[in-house]
Amino acid sequence: MRRLLPLLTLLCLAFGPLPALSQSLEALIRQLPEGSFSDRAEVVAAIAATLDERAVGVLEALGEGDLHQRKADGAILKVTGRGSKARAFDPLTGEELGPVPARSTTAIKVNNALRRAVRSGIATLTLMHRDPTRRLAAANAAFQSADPDQLEALGAALAAEQDASVAEAIAQAQAAALLASDADPALRVEAIETVRARGGRDALAVLTPLRASEVPLIAEAAAAAVAEIERSQAMWARAQNVWFGLSLGSVLLLAAVGLGITFGVMGVINMAHGELIMLGAYTTFVTQELIRGHAPGLFDWSLAIAAPLAFLVAGGIGVAMERGIVRHLYGRPLETLLATWGVSLILQQTVRSVFGPTNREVGNPSWMSGAFQLGEMTVTLNRLTIILFALVVFAGLLVLLRRTPFGLRMRAVTQNRPMAAEMGIRTGWIDAMTFGLGAGVAGLAGVALSQIDNVSPNLGQSYIIDSFLVVVFGGAGNLWGTFAAAFSLGIVNKFLEPVAGAVLAKILVLVFIILFIQKRPRGLFPQRGRAVEA
Amino acid sequence: MIGTALAGALAGLPAFAQEEPIKVGILHSLSGTMAISETTLKDVMLMLIEEQNAKGGVLGRPLEAVVVDPASDWPRFAELARELIDGQEVDVVFGCWTSVSRKSVLPVFEELNSILFYPVQYEGQESQRNVFYTGAAPNQQAIPAVDYLMDEEGVERWVLAGTDYVYPRTTNQILEAYLKAKGVAAEDIMINYTPFGHSDWQTIVSDIAAFGSTGKKTAVVSTINGDANVPFYKELGNQGISAEDIPVVAFSVGEEELAGLDTAPLVGHLAAWNYFMSVDTPENDEFITAWHEFIGSEDRVTNDPMEAHYIGFNMWVEAVEAAGTTDPDAVIDAMVGVAVPNLTGGISSMGANHHITKPVLVGEIRDDGQFDVVWETSGLVLGDEWSDHLPESADMIADWRAPLACGNFNVATGQCGGVTN
Repeated sequence: MRRLLPLLTLLCLAFGPLPALSQSLEALIRQLPEGSFSDRAEVVAAIAATLDERAVGVLEALGEGDLHQRKADGAILKVTGRGSKARAFDPLTGEELGPVPARSTTAIKVNNALRRAVRSGIATLTLMHRDPTRRLAAANAAFQSADPDQLEALGAALAAEQDASVAEAIAQAQAAALLASDADPALRVEAIETVRARGGRDALAVLTPLRASEVPLIAEAAAAAVAEIERSQAMWARAQNVWFGLSLGSVLLLAAVGLGITFGVMGVINMAHGELIMLGAYTTFVTQELIRGHAPGLFDWSLAIAAPLAFLVAGGIGVAMERGIVRHLYGRPLETLLATWGVSLILQQTVRSVFGPTNREVGNPSWMSGAFQLGEMTVTLNRLTIILFALVVFAGLLVLLRRTPFGLRMRAVTQNRPMAAEMGIRTGWIDAMTFGLGAGVAGLAGVALSQIDNVSPNLGQSYIIDSFLVVVFGGAGNLWGTFAAAFSLGIVNKFLEPVAGAVLAKILVLVFIILFIQKRPRGLFPQRGRAVEA
Repeated sequence: MIGTALAGALAGLPAFAQEEPIKVGILHSLSGTMAISETTLKDVMLMLIEEQNAKGGVLGRPLEAVVVDPASDWPRFAELARELIDGQEVDVVFGCWTSVSRKSVLPVFEELNSILFYPVQYEGQESQRNVFYTGAAPNQQAIPAVDYLMDEEGVERWVLAGTDYVYPRTTNQILEAYLKAKGVAAEDIMINYTPFGHSDWQTIVSDIAAFGSTGKKTAVVSTINGDANVPFYKELGNQGISAEDIPVVAFSVGEEELAGLDTAPLVGHLAAWNYFMSVDTPENDEFITAWHEFIGSEDRVTNDPMEAHYIGFNMWVEAVEAAGTTDPDAVIDAMVGVAVPNLTGGISSMGANHHITKPVLVGEIRDDGQFDVVWETSGLVLGDEWSDHLPESADMIADWRAPLACGNFNVATGQCGGVTN
């Protein structure tokens, strides 16, 4: 079927209009809601074949599921927004037609096959578009569909193309389409070289089936090209693994660094640490809801606004916990453990009662969505942002602890409490602030984790064990130890995962840490000095 | 761990004042990890009981709900099941979600001879006299979904991705046998398991993308459970894998799970269920209206396990009315053959194997978190308790009618009790 559609298109272009295709764009659009998905895919192809610039908007709206049919007169509308905010537009001119009463229209259904037809139709329509990025996207889509029937259109586009990088993409699309045809074997061997030069998974998808070609020359060339691309992919795979490891490490670091302060520096076994992370995530949710309701324009800034709020909310609860509970239990680790665990259950159930047990939707700001290619490596923007965020938070903490009067007092109190008190430091106040700082940082982690994990009352539970592992492995009391432990565990995990599978990788890491702690009970970077013996 | 919330709610009408109520046990987690899915089922049961009482109850007696909270803790399910049957003397229990919770209560229901309605899709390979399975067996969900992808999307390469526990493992075992029987080569099947609550999907999604780059159409069949789905779909979206390239068909993702998700990157991915909220029938409209009214919010969605409870509850009411008593033996016998309307415009009936007939629907995710039905079976399909695609269960059937009355009858040896699981 997919082969046939562009063929029809080409026939139409070559031999004048066919009856079904001779209709105007307006008439074709009216047929969009009718018939089976494959009938409608033909209508989409016919719309693309009009080469009418206005058709691009229509197909885009169809692909997005925004095209509706008005029940009263069968008119096709583009509808954006839902419920009372729904507004109708003319799909061809984009002219606004006013609000849409509820249930007065039915959405035109699309499925994956139809969406593919739409994608290929948009590619045909935009190969000669004014905007070079649109032309590039069209060329890449044409490469993926690798359709011999597009050869002519691609040739015409290539001849007219001025931009070198777009021309290259079109040439590659042309080569891919050529390979799917039964052109002269010599030409096709040449095309294999062009596709090989492109590299990457798309190229593999085109070349792999050719290894089974009946023409020995092509089969050989394809096998050699596939082997070469796979070699370079294997090399990049290692870089990709390191990247994944860094990204997992940054998540571990964010989750653990707050605990590195409350548990590592202060020695409080804080079982509610995960729930403080969860509160940070819920603060992000509430902030986003408020922004959606009152200032939608600020949505891209929602995380920047949520971060300080999350710090304050989680930090505030941390201070309250320290003043209310933890300070009465210093020196009694078992009771601290049980009390903070109780707090964690209370926080969880409170959130469950207030926000419900189901997941809450936290959106990605537009600048955090998507990915870019670095060589053969996919770098997703949200992971990159989280790595940078983790580094900034960590650097900020280091500066705070090492370079500020508060940090000095904090270190003094944790190292020698009576002496610090003698020097006039309000140790109780410092304890509360330190605990609040650790809790606040957990809140910051929640803001970041809301972008990659689901925001539910259970969010914290999945991070508490990992956090303790990281802090213990790195050596309690040493933030650099936490840093090194987070990233080394992340990378080791990601190198084990492809070999051993996700389940076994997790177990292996755990076994490794247990053995390591047997050998070096104080972790990677043990704290030295009198404080240890105290 | 968490204290049990033992709440009895008598929602009777004054007319019942003299009659002793019939107690209905509700055994769903209201706290812990499974609360996300199970709380809704508790609510829908309360709604159904309230509606039934408004209609005059059952056998002229009011229904009384007894709600307990097993807190997502599997041994606790067994303890509370015993408490419900022995202590509270309930006549029927609606409950459980995960297979492990069901397995943990099975011996209790057998020993105390009570009745359990289990509303969730599961791996099959089981049929127990005291249990009625109103969720889908693999042949009512997984197999038709794979057929759809094979026939309509032309998929040739398969990724079977699941969470590491009994339901995905058994389902994938069945699917693998089925795909191989259909001529799919072993190198075209990739099987991957992840721990519960897995949140870092980067490696696996990148592996799936690599697996799908051989020029053959690839699809992912996902039995990933619960919360792990959200980061999985987010990662797919971020790595730029769209449903047009590699569609994902999921068996555990429904309206309720999508409600907490930014659905834009998911549009076009698939789910196979026996019910979708978007199905346009008068029964469904009525059910949704009643649900919104009961729960007090227009935003709450309905989903497949809720429909399963709707069907199961109505079947139980029919069977009790037919038997004229709530005595478990009489009700169990009366259940087989009971037929009630489902919400998708058909009539579901209870088979002799204690599984029900249901339509199978394949839906594509829309950007509003609902599903567009793109395919459905022409009629209703009876749940197949013992899979025909696994050698160890191919000869096994269940038939609880007298005189056979056996949950694992081996038709090859002619003996009851050929179970090996």
